[in-house]
Amino acid sequence: MTVKQPAKGLNIRVFQQHTGQSNFSLDLDLQLPNTGVTALFGPSGSGKTTLLRCIAGLEKSVKGSTNHISLNGELWQSHDFWLASHKRPVGYVFQDANLFPHLTAQDNLRFSIQRADKTQPAIHYDDVVELLNIASILTQYPGQLSGGERQRVAMARALLIQPKILLMDEPLAALDDALKQDILPYLERLCHRAKIPILYVSHSLDEVIRLADYMVVLEKGRVLEEGNTQRLISTLGTSFARYQDASMVVSGTVVEQNTEWGLSWLGFENQTIAFKQGKEAIGDSVRLRIQSRDISVSLSKHEDSSILNRLTVVIDDMEKDNKDPSMVMVRLLAGNTPLLAKITALSAHSLKLEKGQTLVAQIKSVAVLS
Amino acid sequence: MQLSAADIEAIWLTLKLASLVTVLLIILCTPIAWWLARTQSWLKGPINAVVAMPLVLPPTVLGFYLLLFLGPEGPMGQLLAYFNIGSLPFSFSGLVVASMLYSLPFVVQPLQNAFIAIGERPLEAAATLRSSPWNRFIYVVLPLAKTGYISAAVLGFAHTVGEFGVVLMIGGNIPKETKVISVQIYDHVEALEYGQAHTLSLLMVIFSFVVLAFLYSIQRRQKRQASAGGLL
Repeated sequence: MTVKQPAKGLNIRVFQQHTGQSNFSLDLDLQLPNTGVTALFGPSGSGKTTLLRCIAGLEKSVKGSTNHISLNGELWQSHDFWLASHKRPVGYVFQDANLFPHLTAQDNLRFSIQRADKTQPAIHYDDVVELLNIASILTQYPGQLSGGERQRVAMARALLIQPKILLMDEPLAALDDALKQDILPYLERLCHRAKIPILYVSHSLDEVIRLADYMVVLEKGRVLEEGNTQRLISTLGTSFARYQDASMVVSGTVVEQNTEWGLSWLGFENQTIAFKQGKEAIGDSVRLRIQSRDISVSLSKHEDSSILNRLTVVIDDMEKDNKDPSMVMVRLLAGNTPLLAKITALSAHSLKLEKGQTLVAQIKSVAVLS
Repeated sequence: MQLSAADIEAIWLTLKLASLVTVLLIILCTPIAWWLARTQSWLKGPINAVVAMPLVLPPTVLGFYLLLFLGPEGPMGQLLAYFNIGSLPFSFSGLVVASMLYSLPFVVQPLQNAFIAIGERPLEAAATLRSSPWNRFIYVVLPLAKTGYISAAVLGFAHTVGEFGVVLMIGGNIPKETKVISVQIYDHVEALEYGQAHTLSLLMVIFSFVVLAFLYSIQRRQKRQASAGGLL
């Protein structure tokens, strides 16, 4: 059997009925990008973790004849070949950190450093320790650390093995909300800085929107949808339509700041959005999250409104809300950046909204992501 | 409370026997316990039963069959004779073999429990950190099973020190060769030397108490530390 191998990216073809004792099947064929963060998204039991374990070589029962896993043309698994886990250049962050309990945080990292691929040391110890802010907890044993601290050490450990791909299995799922707030900024910085691709398993759409460039939606071991995150979650009629708090991310750089009013302006595609000034400086890249319920539309610019952010947009698509017939979801394009607006059906009707129409989107509030 | 030269000889012989048996058993039982802890083979039940048999069999039964098996007419005896190796019964080597069989479950079971307690997860973490199966065993399994190994060694040693029936059947009563403490005590009682029997018996009582107290203290310490996070 000859296998056509694309030169770049992670190539996975798995077909497996009833893996192990679990009554579970995987049936998918994926080519994933070689850069950025790819999210595996889906409900519990959709096969996200099993897929990640297959890639790492931890699911030994998945050995079907049509299976194939390769990264950048380097074969890891096929019908007659199996590369053992410890020979696959992956970094794996387990859902519950899974640090060695008999070693201090420092020695957990040392375990990784001693076994790292020394031919390509792209990730430096000092950078990782600083990035994840773990210098002060290195002498502690895992049992003495909080869940968030353990998770940060586990991420550092996975990075220091100098992987060619980082696999993360819901590293935030076990944490409560306060801890998530604590750890998300670290994760975002990590994702932006690491030049290796990251495959991130999550059942939280919020996390996916914040972190992932590309996403794969799994259900019952099959691929439901895949594609660019922004495009996918803004496309009406996909599985995301059911999410109440649909939101979009706008990324750009800080172009202006006004300390007197405490505002910064994000520039993207010839338009600007004002947001509450934080620690960012002019030229920094920033991502803003805008929720669909915070966008209203009007046919003309109302300069007399208290709303600061008004973008010129074009209607790309419209769809009735399945759950709530009084509402309409409108997909807007500000240049190439998609936005979602949730407005009442009555307004859509009285404004005679239709595809291709140019509108002004008024944004009531934005949240800074990084 | 005076120890005779023969008493001291018996003590030394016992310590030598128990140390050697413990070392050999730790080496032999590691793969057995590992296999039993992780296999899903149907053979697991039968092998577990065989390993545990010395726990329930009278030592005389064990000694009797060993005598037949190792004796000049037995299969092992004939094999050894064929290779010109001396006969095992009534020798120190024979005693080592018999003691290993007798103390086997006391070493296998703590190791097996320790391996089960470690589980799959630390090994998976190590595998994703480029650690080969051997490397995982040395750097992850051994340190995590440390308490199991200490328990296994202490129990194996103490149980070998305490054996009597098997020794009598397979070792006999040869000074410096097979005459261990328990046999020496028996001899003293037979000869109505109660004073000397007392001395040795008391030593055994103290030894057993110290060993078991040590064992329970490390088990308690491990539980406490496991709940606090760090291990031994």
